[in-house]
Amino acid sequence: MITATVETRENYLTHEYGVKSWLLTQDHKRIALLYLGAISFFFFLGGIFATVIRLELLTPPGDLVSAQTYNKLFSLHGIIMVFLFLVPSIPATLGNFLVPMMIGAKDLAFPKLNLLSWYILMVGGLLVLYAMLVGGVDTGWTFYVPFSTSYANTYVIMTGMGIFIAGFSSILTGLNFIVTIHRMRAPGLTWFRLPLFIWSMYATSIIQVLGTPVIAVTMLLVVLERGFHLGIFDPALGGDPVLFQHLFWFYSHPAVYIMVLPGMGVISEIVSVYSRKKVFGYRAVAFSSVAIAILSFLVWGHHMFVSSQSVYASMVFSFLSFLVAVPSAIKVFNWTATLYKGSISYDTPMLYAFGFIGLFTIGGLTGTFLATLGFDVHVTDTYFIVAHFHYIMVGGTMMAYLGGLHYWWPKMTGRMYPELWARLSALVIFLGFNLTFFPQFIMGYLGMPRRYHAYPEEFQVYHVLSTAGASVLAVGYLIPLVYLIWSLRYGKLAPDNPWNASGLEWQTTSPPPPENFDITPVVNHEAYDYSTLEEMKVG
Amino acid sequence: MNPSLKLVLEQASATAVHLDYLTLYLLVVAAIFSTLIFALIFFFAVKYRRRSNHERPVEVHGALTLEIIWTVVPFILMMVMFVWGVNVFFEMSRPPDDAMNVYVVGKQWMWKTQHLEGQREINELHVPLGRPIKLTMTSEDVIHSFFMPAFRVKFDVLPGRYTTAWFNPTKTGKYHLFCAEYCGTLHSGMIGWIYVMEPAEYETWLAGGSGSESLASRGEKLFQYLACANCHRTDQPGRCPNLQGMFGTGVQLTTGETVKADESYIRESILNPSAKIVAGYQNIMPSFQGQVTEEDLLQLMEYIKSLGKPAAAGGTAAGNATAPPVRVGRGAAPARPAPGQKNR
Repeated sequence: MITATVETRENYLTHEYGVKSWLLTQDHKRIALLYLGAISFFFFLGGIFATVIRLELLTPPGDLVSAQTYNKLFSLHGIIMVFLFLVPSIPATLGNFLVPMMIGAKDLAFPKLNLLSWYILMVGGLLVLYAMLVGGVDTGWTFYVPFSTSYANTYVIMTGMGIFIAGFSSILTGLNFIVTIHRMRAPGLTWFRLPLFIWSMYATSIIQVLGTPVIAVTMLLVVLERGFHLGIFDPALGGDPVLFQHLFWFYSHPAVYIMVLPGMGVISEIVSVYSRKKVFGYRAVAFSSVAIAILSFLVWGHHMFVSSQSVYASMVFSFLSFLVAVPSAIKVFNWTATLYKGSISYDTPMLYAFGFIGLFTIGGLTGTFLATLGFDVHVTDTYFIVAHFHYIMVGGTMMAYLGGLHYWWPKMTGRMYPELWARLSALVIFLGFNLTFFPQFIMGYLGMPRRYHAYPEEFQVYHVLSTAGASVLAVGYLIPLVYLIWSLRYGKLAPDNPWNASGLEWQTTSPPPPENFDITPVVNHEAYDYSTLEEMKVG
Repeated sequence: MNPSLKLVLEQASATAVHLDYLTLYLLVVAAIFSTLIFALIFFFAVKYRRRSNHERPVEVHGALTLEIIWTVVPFILMMVMFVWGVNVFFEMSRPPDDAMNVYVVGKQWMWKTQHLEGQREINELHVPLGRPIKLTMTSEDVIHSFFMPAFRVKFDVLPGRYTTAWFNPTKTGKYHLFCAEYCGTLHSGMIGWIYVMEPAEYETWLAGGSGSESLASRGEKLFQYLACANCHRTDQPGRCPNLQGMFGTGVQLTTGETVKADESYIRESILNPSAKIVAGYQNIMPSFQGQVTEEDLLQLMEYIKSLGKPAAAGGTAAGNATAPPVRVGRGAAPARPAPGQKNR
């Protein structure tokens, strides 16, 4: 290992100093770290809300906080986690850092636009935070009308504008990635030689660019009706409340894939490198990302089976929802098959990948339950839904995000994290997660409605289990927070390629120089081509 | 704290039984697939664990046959879910013709239910055993959702329109009623009970209570009080359409279009009369928006439904079932004519 050279070389972290050098940087790697700081803050803020929610639900009566406070807590938990954490999470941090490096480019196509995207997210985020400080919002993250436009007496307009603004960050990031992936690939890096992470980022970007404007318009309409009494959604003003749900879910269902597709990309990278094999069925996995992106726009009505939408519309949406499950299943099978005859190590990122595949499988299978018309009627708006989407968002996206963060940490910071603590926390998170959310499937099936501040006693057993799990989960998330920060100063210096990985991002120094590569790499082999790489090394 | 770990939900309707068979199928498929994936991951992770850093795994190339198998097999299993799910859903969406009608009005944060006989309840609903119950529901403010887990019934209750749900209780007892759509501060307090009673017991319960007057006769009083009868005359041609026997029939509009005179149409005609003008009449009716509550509307509706048919207009859709005007279980026309609801 050539650690000695790492210290002396100028890298993107050391070539400039000072607050200004960070706030005005156009380096995609530094911007990735700006995002990392911001979204980590939002994650822990959303986590604090979740903690209070779980504590309140420990006992059946609403005794810890008032009903109004409880409603604000779950609303802000949802809004912050979805719009300010999950949507930007992997694309804006790992994506920002890795998209140029994985394709052998010096930066994204529009570096200034990239910095602007961060500032836009900050403005949107600050508006939401300001709304929270002056009084909060109690509409749920779904803003259903006419409650949000005519009845809620909280800060709906300010929060809505925050989400409206934050959306532009998502659109611009998506645009930047699409152009970068099209125009800036290294010589020889054809589409089918791209790492699968790039495919998934590309598919995600398409959804971001096409879907986000719809939520922006929807939030704007909510603001117009609430602020100026334009009759759009409220029947008392001549509007249609179901129209809102169509518009909202037209974005918010594809948004689920904005949140989970990048995670799938991360898992493809990790599974391959820690079994030292090509991803099984590369093309199937790549195309399934694109298929998911397209189909994701055709299934929004499955959120509305009991909303009074037409029975035949529900039938069509049910059918299309099953179709979108197919490419997800293909991915799971291919990841599993990649392990076959591999050389599998149990490094921390791989533990997260195992966790992801398992939890995403449960989340995906329960997703088919919900696509099933008759069954959905019974469990929609119960804890079954809550459990299902946490299996996808937390069991899926969050596991992938943490796995990816560990995997690329040496490259991003030039330091190794303490392996033992990292494995321990992966295990704690996995156990805590299941204990938190599995009981929610059962209580949802038994009829426990979601967003209830107080509940009948018969559900308490499951709420106690869930709260116990949430405590374990909280500890699991705090451990990495501590040791990752610790590693920035005390971690072992990272070699350039600690995992012996094949991707271009590992062919440069750790941390990389400001312009990523000293000479533009030329690619002459497929992604994850470990057998060829080994031969080259030996030869 | 209730220490019992309840795993199975009561089945208090035939639909509940049908749905639970489907649930069982879903669970079996999920169990097989998750066990398969978990077992394979565990097995591979142990069997092919890295023993030395110099290992060079043999490249296994993607196999088209495998890709096809794991695309097609899940697809087929899911199509079974789809068809079965649609089947149960259709059962849930089509109230039988002989269902007994009950009106539900949701408001922040209570459920108001009204029986045709005039009994009114708050956060409670008493129903007889073995009789299909059709709920015609609306909201006074925001969106609510009427959820009865034991019967596997849930449907949103919206302001400005009527939605329907139905169930056929097969077990006496006391069952949860929840609001399932978040509706503001006391959402979790918008709960109540459904009481399923033996039919005889139910009749006694109906007869009890002070001075209950049928919905239709309350509606008739309102009809007089609001002076509707001045124009909507039944004895001679008035300035407005004769409402006798109109419910459930097709009404021709000035636009030439024919609409069905169902609950939604009547509701709209009272609140926003100029929206649809009956052919041959002037746009002269004032709006009653703000003057009548949702409950008033339902009473007016029942009165209009109860108006007999004039001899001229035979064979209307509503109220053909010989029952007297204000009797439970007339084959009321659907509020929201669910597509596929053709079995009349």
